Amino acid sequence: MASPIRVAVSGQPNCGKSTMFNAITGGSARVGNYPGITVDRLEGSYHAGGTDIRLVDLPGTYSLTSYSMEELVARNVILDEHPDVVINMIDATALERSLYLAVQFMEIGAPMVLGLNMMDEVRRNGVTLDVAKLGKLLGVPVVPCVARVGQGREALMAAVVETYKQTGGVWKPIRLSYGPELDPVIARMTEVIEEAGFLTDRRDPRWVAIKYLESDEQVMTEGRAAAATVADRLEAICREAEAHTRQHSAATPDAVIADWRYGFIQGVLRQGIVTGGDELRRTFSDSLDRIVTHKILGPVIMLSVLWLMFQVTFSLGAYPQGWVEAGFAWLAELGTATIPEGNLQSLVVSGIIGGVGAVMGFTPLICIMFAMLVFLEDLGYMARVAYMMDRVLRIFGLHGMSVMPLIMSGGIPGGCAVPGVMSARTLRSPKERLATILTAPFMVCGAKTTAYLMLVAAFFPENPTQAMFFVVLSAWGFVLIVSRLLRWTVVKGESTPFVMEIPPYRLPTFRGVVDHTLERVWQYVKKAGTVILAVSILMWAVMTYPKLPEDTVAGFEAQRQEVTAKVAADNPAASEAELAELTKEAAKGVDDDQNEAALLHSVGGRISQFVRPVTDLAGFPWQANVALLGAFAAKEVFVSTMATAYSMGEVDPEDPESLSQRLAADPAWSLPAILSVFAFMLLYTPCMVTVVAIAKETNWKWATFSVFGSMTFAFVVAVAIYQIAGLFA
Amino acid sequence: MTMSLRRMGVNQEGCIKAVTASGEMGRRIRDMGLVPGTRIMLVGRAPLADPVALRMRGFTLSLRNSEADYITVEAL
Repeated sequence: MASPIRVAVSGQPNCGKSTMFNAITGGSARVGNYPGITVDRLEGSYHAGGTDIRLVDLPGTYSLTSYSMEELVARNVILDEHPDVVINMIDATALERSLYLAVQFMEIGAPMVLGLNMMDEVRRNGVTLDVAKLGKLLGVPVVPCVARVGQGREALMAAVVETYKQTGGVWKPIRLSYGPELDPVIARMTEVIEEAGFLTDRRDPRWVAIKYLESDEQVMTEGRAAAATVADRLEAICREAEAHTRQHSAATPDAVIADWRYGFIQGVLRQGIVTGGDELRRTFSDSLDRIVTHKILGPVIMLSVLWLMFQVTFSLGAYPQGWVEAGFAWLAELGTATIPEGNLQSLVVSGIIGGVGAVMGFTPLICIMFAMLVFLEDLGYMARVAYMMDRVLRIFGLHGMSVMPLIMSGGIPGGCAVPGVMSARTLRSPKERLATILTAPFMVCGAKTTAYLMLVAAFFPENPTQAMFFVVLSAWGFVLIVSRLLRWTVVKGESTPFVMEIPPYRLPTFRGVVDHTLERVWQYVKKAGTVILAVSILMWAVMTYPKLPEDTVAGFEAQRQEVTAKVAADNPAASEAELAELTKEAAKGVDDDQNEAALLHSVGGRISQFVRPVTDLAGFPWQANVALLGAFAAKEVFVSTMATAYSMGEVDPEDPESLSQRLAADPAWSLPAILSVFAFMLLYTPCMVTVVAIAKETNWKWATFSVFGSMTFAFVVAVAIYQIAGLFA
Repeated sequence: MTMSLRRMGVNQEGCIKAVTASGEMGRRIRDMGLVPGTRIMLVGRAPLADPVALRMRGFTLSLRNSEADYITVEAL
């Protein structure tokens, strides 16, 4: 069999590229990552008439400069992997802008097939396109498509096979004119490049010349590494050219090049390709936006949508979440029943099943949340939210698109930072995205909510609502302030230009939403099986070992015997079953004491004792120390560890009332200490699942920064609060 | 009448005269098709009057006022 045809699918954002990719590859698409960065790499295959076609989906970009990760990836796949054919999907409703990218691919020289998508919308707008003529003028096959319904898929692939046969894999860059000012310069530079054999092993000489004039960072760095003297010469010519264009047309060479590219496209389209329509006509979407982004109605609608999303996620998600939890509870019971009591049982039941179960319990929430997020994103609503919120968030060094991750993470209490951090992918500006990811975990996620509910019930029983509201407001305040601080320091830099397309509203396809959602959820589940499993085991070990010395255990055992004997003596008439029940009841106190002693004796307990000289500055009671340590695994653990520390035995995190009473009675919890723990709880290290998500969305360097940075910041704030509040107490 | 894009009113039409932004911002503005000669119409402003939404070349684009400052328009 002949070797497969290698095809890259390219296109601008919102052009329906992914929809077409999925339509072509069916269920065969596989997600991966480009090495070292978080841009997804989608691959799939297609078979027809005995030909095997391998496709790779390039990230959606408007251009092929080297400013963003996506653009670099798209370009480098073409340059380095040298695909046989490039499919370029075109949003036919914005033909000129879409062709701008296509022309840049043609400048590189890759054999191309144009997929003219959204032809149904074009017709609805009363526009007719002369597809055949467009193909003839551009010199590439053009296939009209409606990707949403899979129309044009076969024709597109047939064109790919035909193009492959005709070109035989030979690349032929088109030669555009960039005007009388630059054309001679480009010719001169091309000569220099050809003579010196500068980068010519992999690049077209004329293309390199153009990139130099566009002062393309990547090519210039590459050039400098290859031959510094030639690079010097080229850069000198560029400076000369820039002086010239600045003087004659008050523009830089890259601006002139862009003008001529658009000029070329316009020249082609003016030859009777487009008839009818008005490019400035308000579309249905624009009319709808008069309401959706209206001064007053806009924010009201936005808040309602966010609130509704939240309600749906957490009310609907509670059912499957309950099932998953029940499933793990059943597994835990099975483990208890089948594995003999001892270390192995404890490891499997408490460590592995408990730890992974806590994480998997979030899967249904993530599923629902992502499904809605993908829906709103594909619909085009998220672009409107960014548009409305940008002015406010910019003050704090964030971006309009930061709203969603912040809300998801618990901007309305009960969210979860894991999907929150993941949803920050929609941000196209790297600095704002990083600041969002690092601060989003401050929000009051569902797990923190349980802890706060317990603490609030203990210390502010008169006005719990106000207390909770205050906590949430503080979270927002800290997020915005810390973002501002980060953007002034470690994530310093100009805000990324907001220049953003507001795509028309388009009803997403069911398939698209499902595919996207499952993809994300699967990545999350995979993590739960690896890193989180390891950390769960570690946390379990820290809270379990070393075990109490044998004589201490024997002491508790003796107490238990005593209790048993006493119960038997007090109830001479009871049956054996009743007696067992009563004994269990009576021995609970002893069990709880033993649990508390074991916790204090463990590494975790010792660490919390050891750090007391430090944490005393913030006024933490020792029980809070160990609970906060345990809460790194998952913030819900705060409640259960507090329960163990206050020797309460098993406490249901959903109903921690009795624990609240114990806390309220403990004099160690003075008002300054309470406030200090409240603040620390809000700000300290994100839970391990979030840390893993951060690492995945950025890298381990930033995840580590998040761990220690948050810890330090939280501690400083807690100490400040404790010390200052102490002055007034 | 030439003016900065920032000064345009909603529903006003214009034609781009010059784009003076350079570097990344200039590149992004031009990539979207905001080059001299392009016809635009300002279709809306966000609730806090910034960013603005433009209709041009068959699609809708939004940009901040600080970016609009670099764009000179001949109002029609």
